[in-house]
Amino acid sequence: MRRILLFIPVLGFIGLAALLYRGLSLDPRELPSALIGRAVPEFRLQTLSGDQTVTQADITGRAALLNVWGTWCPTCVAEHPYLMKLAQVGVPIIGLNYKDVDSKARAWLDRLGDPYSFVISDPEGDFGLDLGVYGAPETYVVDAQGVIRYRHVGEVNERTWAGDLGKTYREVAQ
Amino acid sequence: MRIILAVVLLMASLPTLAVIETYEFSHADLEARYHRLVDELRCPKCQNQTIADSNAPISEDLRRKLYQELEAGFSDEQIVSGMVDRYGEFVRYNPSIEGPTRWLWLAPWIFLGMGGLIWILVTVRRDQEATHPSEYSRDIAELLEEKTE
Repeated sequence: MRRILLFIPVLGFIGLAALLYRGLSLDPRELPSALIGRAVPEFRLQTLSGDQTVTQADITGRAALLNVWGTWCPTCVAEHPYLMKLAQVGVPIIGLNYKDVDSKARAWLDRLGDPYSFVISDPEGDFGLDLGVYGAPETYVVDAQGVIRYRHVGEVNERTWAGDLGKTYREVAQ
Repeated sequence: MRIILAVVLLMASLPTLAVIETYEFSHADLEARYHRLVDELRCPKCQNQTIADSNAPISEDLRRKLYQELEAGFSDEQIVSGMVDRYGEFVRYNPSIEGPTRWLWLAPWIFLGMGGLIWILVTVRRDQEATHPSEYSRDIAELLEEKTE
Protein backbone atom coordinates (compact mmCIF):
# COMPACT_ATOMS: atom_id res chain seq x y z
CA MET A 1 0.00 0.00 0.00
CA ARG A 2 2.74 2.39 0.97
CA ARG A 3 4.61 1.48 -2.21
CA ILE A 4 1.68 2.58 -4.36
CA LEU A 5 1.64 5.98 -2.67
CA LEU A 6 5.18 6.50 -3.90
CA PHE A 7 3.87 6.65 -7.44
CA ILE A 8 1.71 9.69 -6.77
CA PRO A 9 4.45 12.20 -7.75
CA VAL A 10 5.08 10.26 -10.97
CA LEU A 11 1.38 10.38 -11.85
CA GLY A 12 1.34 14.08 -11.01
CA PHE A 13 4.28 14.64 -13.31
CA ILE A 14 2.67 12.71 -16.17
CA GLY A 15 -0.56 14.67 -15.78
CA LEU A 16 1.24 18.00 -15.75
CA ALA A 17 3.44 17.02 -18.70
CA ALA A 18 0.36 16.01 -20.74
CA LEU A 19 -1.31 19.33 -19.92
CA LEU A 20 1.73 21.40 -20.87
CA TYR A 21 2.38 19.31 -23.99
CA ARG A 22 -1.13 20.08 -25.20
CA GLY A 23 -0.52 23.76 -24.41
CA LEU A 24 2.41 23.75 -26.84
CA SER A 25 0.17 23.05 -29.82
CA LEU A 26 -2.53 25.58 -28.89
CA ASP A 27 -2.60 28.98 -30.53
CA PRO A 28 -3.37 31.61 -27.87
CA ARG A 29 -4.47 34.05 -30.58
CA GLU A 30 -7.29 31.77 -31.64
CA LEU A 31 -10.42 33.01 -29.92
CA PRO A 32 -13.57 30.97 -30.10
CA SER A 33 -16.33 33.20 -31.42
CA ALA A 34 -18.88 34.01 -28.77
CA LEU A 35 -21.50 34.14 -31.52
CA ILE A 36 -21.39 30.54 -32.77
CA GLY A 37 -24.94 29.21 -32.82
CA ARG A 38 -26.43 32.69 -32.52
CA ALA A 39 -28.10 34.88 -35.11
CA VAL A 40 -26.14 37.57 -36.94
CA PRO A 41 -26.48 40.76 -34.83
CA GLU A 42 -28.94 43.38 -35.99
CA PHE A 43 -27.60 46.06 -38.26
CA ARG A 44 -28.77 48.67 -40.74
CA LEU A 45 -26.06 49.88 -43.09
CA GLN A 46 -25.50 51.10 -46.64
CA THR A 47 -24.05 48.87 -49.32
CA LEU A 48 -20.68 49.84 -50.70
CA SER A 49 -22.28 50.99 -53.94
CA GLY A 50 -24.32 53.34 -51.73
CA ASP A 51 -27.67 52.73 -53.35
CA GLN A 52 -29.24 50.34 -50.86
CA THR A 53 -29.79 49.93 -47.16
CA VAL A 54 -29.23 46.39 -45.96
CA THR A 55 -30.17 44.69 -42.68
CA GLN A 56 -29.61 41.25 -41.15
CA ALA A 57 -32.66 40.04 -43.13
CA ASP A 58 -30.67 40.42 -46.36
CA ILE A 59 -28.14 37.86 -45.16
CA THR A 60 -30.67 35.08 -44.57
CA GLY A 61 -32.28 32.84 -47.18
CA ARG A 62 -29.32 30.69 -48.11
CA ALA A 63 -26.06 29.58 -46.57
CA ALA A 64 -23.36 32.11 -47.30
CA LEU A 65 -19.94 33.31 -46.25
CA LEU A 66 -19.62 36.68 -44.57
CA ASN A 67 -16.14 37.96 -45.31
CA VAL A 68 -14.73 40.87 -43.32
CA TRP A 69 -12.14 42.82 -45.29
CA GLY A 70 -10.53 46.19 -45.82
CA THR A 71 -8.12 47.73 -48.28
CA TRP A 72 -5.76 48.39 -45.35
CA CYS A 73 -5.42 44.68 -44.66
CA PRO A 74 -2.52 42.86 -46.36
CA THR A 75 -3.89 39.35 -45.84
CA CYS A 76 -7.09 40.42 -47.58
CA VAL A 77 -5.09 40.97 -50.78
CA ALA A 78 -3.62 37.51 -50.37
CA GLU A 79 -6.96 35.75 -49.98
CA HIS A 80 -8.75 37.74 -52.68
CA PRO A 81 -7.94 35.43 -55.64
CA TYR A 82 -9.25 32.45 -53.70
CA LEU A 83 -12.50 34.28 -52.90
CA MET A 84 -12.85 34.96 -56.65
CA LYS A 85 -12.50 31.22 -57.27
CA LEU A 86 -15.11 30.37 -54.64
CA ALA A 87 -17.51 32.92 -56.14
CA GLN A 88 -17.02 31.33 -59.56
CA VAL A 89 -18.05 27.90 -58.31
CA GLY A 90 -21.20 29.45 -56.84
CA VAL A 91 -20.42 30.06 -53.17
CA PRO A 92 -22.36 33.18 -52.13
CA ILE A 93 -20.00 35.59 -50.37
CA ILE A 94 -21.23 38.70 -48.62
CA GLY A 95 -18.55 41.31 -48.04
CA LEU A 96 -18.24 43.44 -44.95
CA ASN A 97 -15.97 46.36 -45.73
CA TYR A 98 -14.66 47.05 -42.25
CA LYS A 99 -13.28 50.43 -41.14
CA ASP A 100 -12.43 51.47 -44.65
CA VAL A 101 -12.99 54.33 -47.06
CA ASP A 102 -15.74 53.55 -49.58
CA SER A 103 -13.99 55.08 -52.60
CA LYS A 104 -10.82 53.09 -51.89
CA ALA A 105 -12.80 49.89 -51.49
CA ARG A 106 -14.66 50.45 -54.77
CA ALA A 107 -11.39 51.11 -56.60
CA TRP A 108 -9.96 47.88 -55.13
CA LEU A 109 -12.92 45.81 -56.38
CA ASP A 110 -12.66 47.43 -59.84
CA ARG A 111 -9.00 46.54 -59.99
CA LEU A 112 -8.99 43.04 -58.49
CA GLY A 113 -12.51 41.85 -59.31
CA ASP A 114 -15.61 41.56 -57.15
CA PRO A 115 -16.39 38.15 -55.62
CA TYR A 116 -19.19 39.49 -53.41
CA SER A 117 -22.96 39.20 -53.84
CA PHE A 118 -23.05 42.58 -52.15
CA VAL A 119 -20.75 44.49 -49.85
CA ILE A 120 -21.89 46.04 -46.58
CA SER A 121 -20.06 49.24 -45.80
CA ASP A 122 -19.12 49.60 -42.10
CA PRO A 123 -16.76 52.61 -41.95
CA GLU A 124 -17.15 53.08 -38.17
CA GLY A 125 -16.75 49.40 -37.41
CA ASP A 126 -19.93 49.24 -35.31
CA PHE A 127 -21.33 46.12 -36.97
CA GLY A 128 -17.87 44.57 -36.83
CA LEU A 129 -17.80 45.27 -33.11
CA ASP A 130 -21.16 43.56 -32.60
CA LEU A 131 -19.91 40.59 -34.60
CA GLY A 132 -16.84 40.33 -32.36
CA VAL A 133 -14.41 41.07 -35.19
CA TYR A 134 -10.92 41.75 -33.86
CA GLY A 135 -8.93 41.81 -37.07
CA ALA A 136 -9.47 41.35 -40.76
CA PRO A 137 -9.75 39.11 -42.62
CA GLU A 138 -12.37 37.09 -40.83
CA THR A 139 -14.85 34.81 -42.53
CA TYR A 140 -18.11 33.62 -41.00
CA VAL A 141 -20.25 30.74 -42.20
CA VAL A 142 -23.87 31.84 -41.91
CA ASP A 143 -26.65 29.32 -42.52
CA ALA A 144 -29.95 29.93 -44.32
CA GLN A 145 -31.62 31.03 -41.06
CA GLY A 146 -28.97 33.69 -40.51
CA VAL A 147 -27.28 31.79 -37.68
CA ILE A 148 -23.49 31.99 -37.42
CA ARG A 149 -22.05 28.49 -37.62
CA TYR A 150 -18.32 29.04 -37.86
CA ARG A 151 -15.76 31.81 -37.63
CA HIS A 152 -12.41 31.68 -39.39
CA VAL A 153 -9.75 34.25 -38.54
CA GLY A 154 -7.08 34.76 -41.18
CA GLU A 155 -6.66 33.90 -44.82
CA VAL A 156 -9.13 31.80 -46.78
CA ASN A 157 -7.20 29.52 -49.10
CA GLU A 158 -7.22 25.99 -50.44
CA ARG A 159 -5.99 24.56 -47.16
CA THR A 160 -8.50 26.32 -44.90
CA TRP A 161 -11.30 25.60 -47.38
CA ALA A 162 -10.42 21.90 -47.21
CA GLY A 163 -10.47 22.25 -43.40
CA ASP A 164 -13.19 23.17 -40.91
CA LEU A 165 -14.23 26.37 -42.70
CA GLY A 166 -15.11 24.64 -45.97
CA LYS A 167 -16.47 21.58 -44.19
CA THR A 168 -18.90 23.65 -42.15
CA TYR A 169 -20.02 25.54 -45.23
CA ARG A 170 -20.60 22.34 -47.23
CA GLU A 171 -22.56 20.86 -44.35
CA VAL A 172 -24.71 23.95 -43.93
CA ALA A 173 -25.24 24.48 -47.66
CA GLN A 174 -26.82 21.06 -48.17
CA MET B 1 22.79 69.05 -16.72
CA ARG B 2 21.03 69.56 -20.00
CA ILE B 3 21.13 65.81 -20.67
CA ILE B 4 19.60 65.06 -17.29
CA LEU B 5 16.84 67.54 -17.97
CA ALA B 6 16.18 65.97 -21.38
CA VAL B 7 16.01 62.49 -19.83
CA VAL B 8 13.63 63.67 -17.13
CA LEU B 9 11.41 65.33 -19.73
CA LEU B 10 11.37 62.16 -21.84
CA MET B 11 10.27 60.09 -18.89
CA ALA B 12 7.59 62.57 -17.99
CA SER B 13 6.07 62.44 -21.46
CA LEU B 14 5.66 58.65 -21.65
CA PRO B 15 2.45 58.22 -19.62
CA THR B 16 0.64 60.76 -21.79
CA LEU B 17 1.21 58.51 -24.82
CA ALA B 18 -0.77 55.65 -23.29
CA VAL B 19 -4.21 56.70 -24.47
CA ILE B 20 -4.78 59.18 -27.25
CA GLU B 21 -8.39 60.21 -27.10
CA THR B 22 -10.19 61.82 -24.19
CA TYR B 23 -13.89 61.79 -23.59
CA GLU B 24 -16.00 64.48 -22.01
CA PHE B 25 -18.28 62.87 -19.47
CA SER B 26 -21.53 64.43 -18.38
CA HIS B 27 -20.90 63.24 -14.83
CA ALA B 28 -17.72 62.68 -12.80
CA ASP B 29 -19.16 59.37 -11.61
CA LEU B 30 -19.26 58.07 -15.20
CA GLU B 31 -15.65 59.02 -15.67
CA ALA B 32 -14.61 57.04 -12.59
CA ARG B 33 -16.52 54.01 -13.89
CA TYR B 34 -14.93 54.46 -17.30
CA HIS B 35 -11.44 54.39 -15.81
CA ARG B 36 -12.26 51.30 -13.79
CA LEU B 37 -13.78 49.43 -16.76
CA VAL B 38 -11.01 50.22 -19.26
CA ASP B 39 -8.64 48.50 -16.85
CA GLU B 40 -10.91 45.48 -16.52
CA LEU B 41 -11.52 44.82 -20.22
CA ARG B 42 -8.94 43.09 -22.30
CA CYS B 43 -8.04 43.97 -25.86
CA PRO B 44 -9.20 41.01 -28.03
CA LYS B 45 -6.47 41.56 -30.61
CA CYS B 46 -3.58 41.82 -28.17
CA GLN B 47 -2.53 38.97 -25.96
CA ASN B 48 -2.11 40.71 -22.66
CA GLN B 49 -3.17 44.33 -22.60
CA THR B 50 -6.18 46.09 -21.25
CA ILE B 51 -8.08 48.32 -23.64
CA ALA B 52 -6.63 51.24 -21.67
CA ASP B 53 -3.05 50.18 -22.45
CA SER B 54 -3.55 49.21 -26.05
CA ASN B 55 -3.41 51.46 -29.08
CA ALA B 56 -4.89 48.81 -31.38
CA PRO B 57 -7.82 50.15 -33.45
CA ILE B 58 -10.10 47.56 -31.86
CA SER B 59 -9.31 48.91 -28.39
CA GLU B 60 -10.08 52.40 -29.60
CA ASP B 61 -13.47 51.15 -30.82
CA LEU B 62 -14.13 49.35 -27.55
CA ARG B 63 -13.30 52.49 -25.56
CA ARG B 64 -15.69 54.46 -27.75
CA LYS B 65 -18.38 51.81 -27.29
CA LEU B 66 -17.77 51.87 -23.54
CA TYR B 67 -18.09 55.64 -23.47
CA GLN B 68 -21.32 55.55 -25.49
CA GLU B 69 -22.85 52.86 -23.29
CA LEU B 70 -21.89 54.66 -20.08
CA GLU B 71 -23.47 57.85 -21.34
CA ALA B 72 -26.55 55.88 -22.43
CA GLY B 73 -27.02 54.81 -18.81
CA PHE B 74 -25.98 51.15 -18.99
CA SER B 75 -24.94 49.48 -15.75
CA ASP B 76 -21.45 47.99 -15.35
CA GLU B 77 -22.87 44.45 -15.53
CA GLN B 78 -24.78 45.24 -18.72
CA ILE B 79 -21.69 46.68 -20.37
CA VAL B 80 -19.41 43.80 -19.38
CA SER B 81 -21.93 41.12 -20.34
CA GLY B 82 -22.44 42.89 -23.67
CA MET B 83 -18.69 42.71 -24.30
CA VAL B 84 -18.62 39.04 -23.28
CA ASP B 85 -21.48 38.37 -25.73
CA ARG B 86 -19.36 39.78 -28.53
CA TYR B 87 -15.88 38.57 -27.65
CA GLY B 88 -16.36 35.79 -25.10
CA GLU B 89 -14.93 35.46 -21.60
CA PHE B 90 -11.51 36.38 -23.00
CA VAL B 91 -12.29 40.11 -22.69
CA ARG B 92 -12.66 39.96 -18.92
CA TYR B 93 -9.60 40.46 -16.78
CA ASN B 94 -11.85 39.85 -13.83
CA PRO B 95 -13.33 36.51 -14.85
CA SER B 96 -16.80 35.36 -13.84
CA ILE B 97 -17.14 33.25 -10.68
CA GLU B 98 -19.66 31.07 -12.52
CA GLY B 99 -19.14 28.89 -15.58
CA PRO B 100 -15.83 27.32 -16.59
CA THR B 101 -13.81 30.27 -15.28
CA ARG B 102 -14.89 29.46 -11.69
CA TRP B 103 -11.92 27.04 -11.59
CA LEU B 104 -9.62 30.05 -11.82
CA TRP B 105 -11.09 31.21 -8.53
CA LEU B 106 -11.31 27.79 -6.92
CA ALA B 107 -7.93 26.33 -7.96
CA PRO B 108 -5.78 28.24 -5.41
CA TRP B 109 -8.04 27.09 -2.55
CA ILE B 110 -8.08 23.51 -3.81
CA PHE B 111 -4.27 23.42 -3.94
CA LEU B 112 -4.04 25.10 -0.55
CA GLY B 113 -6.40 22.43 0.82
CA MET B 114 -4.35 19.62 -0.73
CA GLY B 115 -1.15 21.07 0.69
CA GLY B 116 -2.74 21.40 4.14
CA LEU B 117 -3.96 17.81 4.02
CA ILE B 118 -0.51 16.48 3.13
CA TRP B 119 1.06 18.63 5.83
CA ILE B 120 -1.33 17.25 8.47
CA LEU B 121 -0.79 13.63 7.34
CA VAL B 122 2.99 14.01 7.46
CA THR B 123 3.08 15.67 10.87
CA VAL B 124 0.60 13.17 12.37
CA ARG B 125 2.68 10.26 11.16
CA ARG B 126 5.88 11.81 12.48
CA ASP B 127 4.29 12.26 15.91
CA GLN B 128 3.11 8.64 15.90
CA GLU B 129 6.59 7.38 15.09
CA ALA B 130 8.04 9.46 17.89
CA THR B 131 5.61 8.11 20.51
CA HIS B 132 5.37 4.49 19.28
CA PRO B 133 8.82 3.37 18.14
CA SER B 134 8.72 0.38 15.79
CA GLU B 135 10.07 -3.08 16.70
CA TYR B 136 13.12 -2.45 14.58
CA SER B 137 14.06 0.68 16.45
CA ARG B 138 13.93 -1.34 19.70
CA ASP B 139 16.22 -3.94 18.13
CA ILE B 140 18.58 -1.24 16.99
CA ALA B 141 18.62 0.29 20.42
CA GLU B 142 19.43 -3.12 21.95
CA LEU B 143 22.21 -3.72 19.48
CA LEU B 144 23.68 -0.33 20.22
CA GLU B 145 23.58 -1.06 23.90
CA GLU B 146 25.34 -4.41 23.42
CA LYS B 147 28.04 -2.65 21.45
CA THR B 148 28.72 -0.06 24.07
CA GLU B 149 28.85 -2.59 26.89
